[in-house]
Amino acid sequence: MALTQDEVLAGIRDIVVEVAGIDGGLVSLEKKFADDLDVDSLSMVEVIVAAEEKFSVKIPDDEVTKMATVADAVNFIVAHS
Amino acid sequence: MSKTRVVVTGLGATTPLGGDVPSTWEALLAGKSGVRLLPEGMLTSVNVKFAATIAVEPSEVMKPVEIRRLDRSEQFAVIAAREAWADAGSPEVDHERLGVVVASGIGGVTTMLEQYDILRTKGARLVSPHTVPMLMPNGPAANVGLEFKAQAGVHTPVSACASGAEAIGYAMEMIRLGRADIVIAGGVEAAVHELPMAGFAAMKALSTRNDDPTRASRPYDKDRDGFVLGEGGGIVILESLEHAQARGAKIYCELAGQGLTSDGYHIAAPDPSGSGVTRAVKFALRDSGVDLSEVVHLNAHATSTPAGDVAEANALTAALGEHMSHVAVSATKSMTGHLLGGAGAIESVFVVLALKHRLAPPTINIENLDDAVKVDVVRDVPRPLPSGPIAAINDSFGFGGHNVVLIFKSYE
Repeated sequence: MALTQDEVLAGIRDIVVEVAGIDGGLVSLEKKFADDLDVDSLSMVEVIVAAEEKFSVKIPDDEVTKMATVADAVNFIVAHS
Repeated sequence: MSKTRVVVTGLGATTPLGGDVPSTWEALLAGKSGVRLLPEGMLTSVNVKFAATIAVEPSEVMKPVEIRRLDRSEQFAVIAAREAWADAGSPEVDHERLGVVVASGIGGVTTMLEQYDILRTKGARLVSPHTVPMLMPNGPAANVGLEFKAQAGVHTPVSACASGAEAIGYAMEMIRLGRADIVIAGGVEAAVHELPMAGFAAMKALSTRNDDPTRASRPYDKDRDGFVLGEGGGIVILESLEHAQARGAKIYCELAGQGLTSDGYHIAAPDPSGSGVTRAVKFALRDSGVDLSEVVHLNAHATSTPAGDVAEANALTAALGEHMSHVAVSATKSMTGHLLGGAGAIESVFVVLALKHRLAPPTINIENLDDAVKVDVVRDVPRPLPSGPIAAINDSFGFGGHNVVLIFKSYE
């Protein structure tokens, strides 16, 4: 069953809070991982591995490099869940 | 050519006695032990059940994300550096003239072992991307460098238990060579884990006094049976005298000189002739320009091992001769345990405070002084140091035959 955008956003928010130690309220669709959420390239690996576990999806490395914003990640996961 | 004078303008520490310098110093003067029994089950088959663990857990003073991204040794370095920098007045500096030299004897060993467990049980995909930055021995220095945007050079000498002292000496040379005006220097260690403890235990280097942990670290006592592993770290802010004066900094004392030698004798055992230590003390005296008569205090390496304590005491007597009887010797590892790469750093902090407060900290747990120890040990209670210009020595030695001697002197 496909996940909704809201469900995935909530899951990504939990992961980013854990990985980057920021306030969950900051995590919204338009935010950029690196510039807005203190998720650098190393932490992005943690976010992706955690998201793959949580949503049972596979996120290829070349897709990860295109994920600048939270929306990029959420939309990919919704489309492939 | 006269040497650039280097002064100490800030101190930081997190130790088994306290989470900062004031609490550590207070406990040290009170003769408290920082040694504790380790949690049940942490050490399955090692025959040592205690260590001098940190008094204040980093998670109490750092954000969860810092705990997540930094190895425990890196956490200690950043915590102590923040305190030292604030103590120095949080100066506005030219970042290209700011250096960092922070040592570790072992590096991020707990990270390496934890991630190895993950690799074995869950596979490579779940190994943290922070693994390498957390386990590398230069990680503590690098993270301090990032925190304060140091751009003059970030360095990590590795010389086992001499590392912390070597870092402080290296930092002094950075300033003398004109590479930096101000350097954050010290050492840390976070190796209270089953594997390093099993390794030290296999060498018969650790005390096994499991029925009386707080009295296990007993340098110079007849019945000493090995060192007690400690964790934590210390940081000093070193600065050229000119730079410190220009910004009106509080000056604790001067770091006057250092002596460095190596034994070329054995990978772990001290050279019984002590010639490497004797030469290092003599080099340090010459480098510092301190008159022997000014040396009134020495914070000894004295780890509480049967061979090491006496070899060191004899070497010091050989170096200082008759004057050694006028030097108040403190073995603070009796309270802090042995912080390995952090030892020379926290002991330098103690020497700086001893000069400032004119008070040599005590050595605890000596029930029967070993007859072979001919130096004047400060026992049980602190001892006042004389007024006027005085100097004090911190010596540190490491597996591999490394000898480092630092000389600090009062500043007025």
